[in-house]
Amino acid sequence: MSALEIRNVDKTFGIEKVLKDISLAIDSGEFLILVGPSGCGKSTLMNAIAGLEPVTAGEILIGGDDVTWRTPAERDIAMVFQSYALYPSMTVRQNISFGLEMRKMPKAQREEAVSRVAELLQITPLLDRKPSQLSGGQRQRVAMGRALAREPQIYLFDEPLSNLDAKLRVEMRTEIKKLHQRLGTTIVYVTHDQIEAMTLADRIAVMRDGEILQLGTPDEVYNDPVDMFVAGFMGSPSMNFIPVTLVKRDAEYILRVLDEQDVSGTPLELPWPAAREVPALHEHVGERLVLGLRPEHFVEDEARMETVYDGTEIEVIATVVEPTGADTLLQARLAGHEVTVRLAPKTHVVAEDRVALRADLSRAVLFDGKTQRRLA
Amino acid sequence: MPSNVSAPATGERRHRRSLAGHIERVLPRLVVAPSLAVALFFVYGYMLWTFLLSLTNSRMLPQYDFVGFAQYARLFANERWHVAATNLVVFGGLFIVSCLVIGLLLAIFLDQRIRQEGALRTVYLYPMALSLIVTGVVWRWLLNPGLGIQAMVRGWGFEDFTFNWLVDSDMAIYTLVIAAVWQASGFVMALFLAGLRSIDDSLFQAAALDGASLPRIYMRIVLPSLRPVVFSAVMILAHIAIKSFDLVMALTGGGPGYATDLPATFMYAHTFTRGQIGLGSASAIMMLCGVLAILVPYLYSELRGQRNG
Repeated sequence: MSALEIRNVDKTFGIEKVLKDISLAIDSGEFLILVGPSGCGKSTLMNAIAGLEPVTAGEILIGGDDVTWRTPAERDIAMVFQSYALYPSMTVRQNISFGLEMRKMPKAQREEAVSRVAELLQITPLLDRKPSQLSGGQRQRVAMGRALAREPQIYLFDEPLSNLDAKLRVEMRTEIKKLHQRLGTTIVYVTHDQIEAMTLADRIAVMRDGEILQLGTPDEVYNDPVDMFVAGFMGSPSMNFIPVTLVKRDAEYILRVLDEQDVSGTPLELPWPAAREVPALHEHVGERLVLGLRPEHFVEDEARMETVYDGTEIEVIATVVEPTGADTLLQARLAGHEVTVRLAPKTHVVAEDRVALRADLSRAVLFDGKTQRRLA
Repeated sequence: MPSNVSAPATGERRHRRSLAGHIERVLPRLVVAPSLAVALFFVYGYMLWTFLLSLTNSRMLPQYDFVGFAQYARLFANERWHVAATNLVVFGGLFIVSCLVIGLLLAIFLDQRIRQEGALRTVYLYPMALSLIVTGVVWRWLLNPGLGIQAMVRGWGFEDFTFNWLVDSDMAIYTLVIAAVWQASGFVMALFLAGLRSIDDSLFQAAALDGASLPRIYMRIVLPSLRPVVFSAVMILAHIAIKSFDLVMALTGGGPGYATDLPATFMYAHTFTRGQIGLGSASAIMMLCGVLAILVPYLYSELRGQRNG
């Protein structure tokens, strides 16, 4: 039985459809992340699950019960808000126990729950402070404590880390993941940060314009994106899109890289690996396609290893070299197209160098240039 | 020599610049000085004079036979002063509490994202734009048994209907409360509305998820965070109550008898119509003490707040 099931949910504000026929189901203990650019409907979907926003059509089931028309309080959920929404006039202790008090839990049990949660989140020394006396990270913990104390069926997190500074955000991210592993809670988490999505999720739902484009594990979403939007949204730096023409020579498919600036020269040709051939490619011979190559799909020629697909060497002209410490990002021109390449940290490349690379086409993806859908 | 020629010129320029600088420094003070002098003389000077007069035996005209605090002793032995002081407590208490309750309720209702909120807000605020004299006259007509509400309801056929608080010496003080509340509660509403608007929407959502009903949310979460607003509202209303003079003059004239006397009307009656300047001055000083008792803690907390902020 699914912990949460959403069936054909629509939501319209006036004439604007913000959710279009959304369906998904998650199992108990699963960590689902809704990710997408702002205005994609992810927060609206979360508010619909919470019951803060009535849906126009469809059903929402929590633990098998149809809760579509129940109030937020009757849904057995807890939510962590982006602004934390701590009650300013109450102490941390009162903040955490307020929901329990409203549910008429006896005082002794309430105190027990507060101390359990405080210990779990290491906020015991803060229990008698007011929210205004806490730092951002501490408020974040209290907000999570308030949700945890109730032990609901589903936890909803609405961009909980976006008000924290970068270092704290990484720390809290790890902490949330630890908590999830320890407590085995079911979590729906909204974010616009694809790194948060990749690191935390069991499954990711990538949304755009009120639709779920792809629902899958982080690995699936990252390595097998269904279209150019998902491919471009997930991953940082994002995937390189290179316009190509598909040519068939003998039994082999060749990708001819289009070069607007240099039409006279011999075009760069990349053979598409035989292992990755799909029947659908046949219909697209001669058409303009888009080759998707992630920055890490390039390898510096001298460092080439046996596992790398042994294709044609390519040569790029470095424009900007950005060492990040862990690795070096190289902005370069490949047959007139700007690409980003992730190189080993101690590269000696400098700007304007010609760099010999090999592209690992066995991991590349191919999109239809017009529909932007994935072909192979 | 060029240096010889230029020397007197720069000296003159320096002199002129220092004159301009002098004017620049002095001019603001010159401009402010008359109003400062006027304020010093008419506010603090007369305060001091009133205090001096309260120590004298003055009757129709000021005279300077100092009798110590005898006028204060007379004041506190005076039955009419006790009525006025009691009235102030009743009037002030009811006025402040009613304004707070009505203002808060109006603000909460207006905050429910209703249509025409702007228009309604203006409607509720308008009474504040009227002078208390106008309010007093309007309510005197409305409350006049032979002319206003009582006459109207009787005209509908309810012959036994009686609403004659205005001429009932036990109830007349409450008519003052009605009129004053009508005038000031819109203003309190505006204060509360501003406070409510500053509360994050997600607080309501979080409380709803926690299972709190809307009245509970207001009682437990919203009201406690409006405490500073309540404090300012009480301060403003309290000094309106203590200063109340024009409303009483227009609505009841202090009557029937002296049933609706407030300290301000008591002071006016004794100082200017009954030839008891000494006694009137003593009552004025007592009012000043009352205002200071409220104002000083208020200013203290305000200034401390500024330092913290």
